[in-house]
Amino acid sequence: MIGKKTLSLLIAFLMLFSAKAHADMLQIKGSDTLINLVQALSEQYMQKNPGSYIAVTGGGSGTGVAALINNKCDIANASRLMKAKEIEQALNNNVKVNRIVIALDGLSVIVNADNPLFRLTMGEIGKIFRGEVTNWSEVGGENMPITLYGRQSNSGTFVFFRDAVLKGDYSQKMNRMNGNAQIVAAIKQDKSGIGYVGVGYVKNATGLTVLKVAANPKADYASPLNSADVKSGKYPISRPLNQYINGTPTEKIRDFIEYELSPTGQRIVEEEGFFPISEEYKKFNEKAGF
Amino acid sequence: MQSLVLPKRKSSWISNSLKEKLIHGFFFLNGILSVLVLLGIFALLLLTAIPAFREVNIFSFLFGLDWNPTSYVKEVYGIVPMLVSTFMVTLGALVIAVPIGIGTAAYLSDVANPRVREIVKPVVEILAGIPSVVIGFLGIVLLGPIIAKVFNIHNGLNALNGSILLAVMALPTIISITEDALKNVPVSYESASLALGATKWQTVIKVKIPAALSGIIAATMLGMGRAIGETMTVLMATGCAPAMPESFLGPVRTLTSSIAIELGEVAYNTTHYYALFALGLVLFILTFIINLISDIYLHKFEKVNR
Amino acid sequence: MKARNIHQFIGFGILRLCVFMVLSALFVILFDIFSKGHQSVSWEFISAMPRKGMTEGGIFPAIVGTFFVTVITAVLSIPMGMGCAVYLHEYAKDGWVTRLIRMSIRNLSGVPSIVYGLFGVVLFVQLLRLDTSILSAGLTLGLMTLPWTITASEEALKNVPQSYRDASLALGATKWQTVRTNVLPYAVPGMLTGTILGLSRAAGETAPILFTGAAFYLPFLPKSLSDQFMALPYHLYIMATQHHAIDKVRPLAYGTALVLIVLVFLMNFTAVIVRYKLRKVKME
Repeated sequence: MIGKKTLSLLIAFLMLFSAKAHADMLQIKGSDTLINLVQALSEQYMQKNPGSYIAVTGGGSGTGVAALINNKCDIANASRLMKAKEIEQALNNNVKVNRIVIALDGLSVIVNADNPLFRLTMGEIGKIFRGEVTNWSEVGGENMPITLYGRQSNSGTFVFFRDAVLKGDYSQKMNRMNGNAQIVAAIKQDKSGIGYVGVGYVKNATGLTVLKVAANPKADYASPLNSADVKSGKYPISRPLNQYINGTPTEKIRDFIEYELSPTGQRIVEEEGFFPISEEYKKFNEKAGF
Repeated sequence: MQSLVLPKRKSSWISNSLKEKLIHGFFFLNGILSVLVLLGIFALLLLTAIPAFREVNIFSFLFGLDWNPTSYVKEVYGIVPMLVSTFMVTLGALVIAVPIGIGTAAYLSDVANPRVREIVKPVVEILAGIPSVVIGFLGIVLLGPIIAKVFNIHNGLNALNGSILLAVMALPTIISITEDALKNVPVSYESASLALGATKWQTVIKVKIPAALSGIIAATMLGMGRAIGETMTVLMATGCAPAMPESFLGPVRTLTSSIAIELGEVAYNTTHYYALFALGLVLFILTFIINLISDIYLHKFEKVNR
Repeated sequence: MKARNIHQFIGFGILRLCVFMVLSALFVILFDIFSKGHQSVSWEFISAMPRKGMTEGGIFPAIVGTFFVTVITAVLSIPMGMGCAVYLHEYAKDGWVTRLIRMSIRNLSGVPSIVYGLFGVVLFVQLLRLDTSILSAGLTLGLMTLPWTITASEEALKNVPQSYRDASLALGATKWQTVRTNVLPYAVPGMLTGTILGLSRAAGETAPILFTGAAFYLPFLPKSLSDQFMALPYHLYIMATQHHAIDKVRPLAYGTALVLIVLVFLMNFTAVIVRYKLRKVKME
């Protein structure tokens, strides 16, 4: 009868609920700046260790951090630091965060190749993105209004740039793009545009100028394309690229992160356009147990 | 009729009348379910939205001109820019879709020969079946560049783009309800008008459309509800800058796209999270009111023509 | 020609222009997707996993994910929708309860899809602890399609002649016997047709699954209902706006859009076939 059929269907249905598949899979979520790099690292790693599963997804540092807080991923990629408030929220969910630095990035400020400008100070960049300067002529360029390109608020780059350069809020008129690649594409088309992206996205790009930046009007101008300047801190907008994990890592997580920090891993970091970690951060990672 | 045979009465442990009552009860539960779902949605939205107002002043929420929950300086939650964005895009969509929709409906009900109608009607249905994410995608890859070129701007992702796409999506609703309304205008109206020497065109414009007006208003309201609540197209095609919109050629960020953008990046049970549910509640109430209005007009229309 | 005839000529011309615009909107949409998407679609595209950060390979997991979610949607929405329609059309008497139910259904169909998504996050993901999963997403979509299923099912019940019911009741059959033997068999084809149409809309929806279970990228197929999943519409959204190499994956995005549209059309087509087949069976 109908009853029996429904019952057996229901039972079959419930059986599908059984344990989660691929409990041993690593879920890595977060920063769009890091995604190409970590994707490359994980693909190499999976080739070396057949049978291991790593899913790397983007969505922005905020997405990754939120996922870590909500206990929905194993590793959160973040191109910014977690805020004290977030660490507290994580603790409330029994997530004790642990930070590892896997690479360095020289955050690059870019303009269209037709824009004759080639350098700015930190102060000028801040004024431009806060919306206090709205014409290129005010910073020594042509008489042409400035169009701002930045990221959505879930981006770690958005937060890092704001906290390190603007020290205030972005102009609400800034175009909010979804990823580094979209900013690069927009700047190539828009002569009046200015944007910021991870250096990995502009190393071989054409049609745009990577600006030299000085920490203040008296300091020297330096380019993020020069790896020595980024490592030494002479280029003023360099930052560590981080991964956050929950407490003591499992064997699988530890093995993957050790691979990232190994000479092979750091070579991939360079191939993807970023910079290997400096001695200072190597020591930091050692303290975190790596 | 072969299947009109009664099943043999089986000896059963429950009496037939009890069984009938149980079955009646079962179907009643199914019936009442939709009421429960509607109440459930409202209740859960409300309950999840309320904690937001422990930290956010409700007036600054409703009348605030800035929405910046991740601010460097001070987190602010003001929904006015989103409300303005939502209404701009919706209004734009209606300005495009209502005349075209009424025109198409009038053509289908009064001008087209049956064969043309047989072709056009399924086309309208197919249009209704195209997923919103596909329409949004075309807003990025097709309509955006066209708008950028026509208006000589750098970026075609703006309110105009969203309006045009939403118009395409609202059209099927507007067309089908308006056509029903026009068809339900009593034939006597039409014959009287024609008998008085009016042309077919004059009859359509001066007699039938006015007679079907409440149906047309209902259609417009339903199209409006659809446009206000649509997420993916506006999320993809309108640029999504959170500033107060300045023109149809500038980026806008609607209620729906704000929820879609920000819900993925918030930790559960934080003020920001609750605030997004407050946005959802505003959206729910808005569409509820609009549906109610369209319902009233639809009833009016049915009564008049009964 | 008299002036008023010219008016009519121009007037009808405007109406024709309106129709033309509607038709061309559909034509442009389909033409663009088909002409730019068909190069990307191959057997490999449909049957392979995404590779190299989704810049190569196929969309197989997204197709599978959408299939599973749609099944859950159907499991929730078909029985409940049909049950509600039977109640409204066969059992309910006109009264305030019935009016309340009808009002709720109309309003449910107007609730924005993203609001269903919010509801799903609180109810299924959080309160019922189903987490972000196929189940949460499918149930959310199931609730969303409920009003469509009810309306379509009631339409089908309306088409069953009253005489069928009267005859059965006159022979002494109870209400349920009448509904089961003399109403439902004739209404089911219509009910299924309407329901499948509703499901095809659910399969193309993105907003309700954004936060209830759809995943950006998974290197494997879902194994159980509590897994996350990739879905076609969400995949298209990712490829169009969120991917880190948007220009590079544009052809893949077009291909995904094409597959999605074809899937939705296939479901619509199935609905028509189902109606035709079942009708034939019943007539024999």
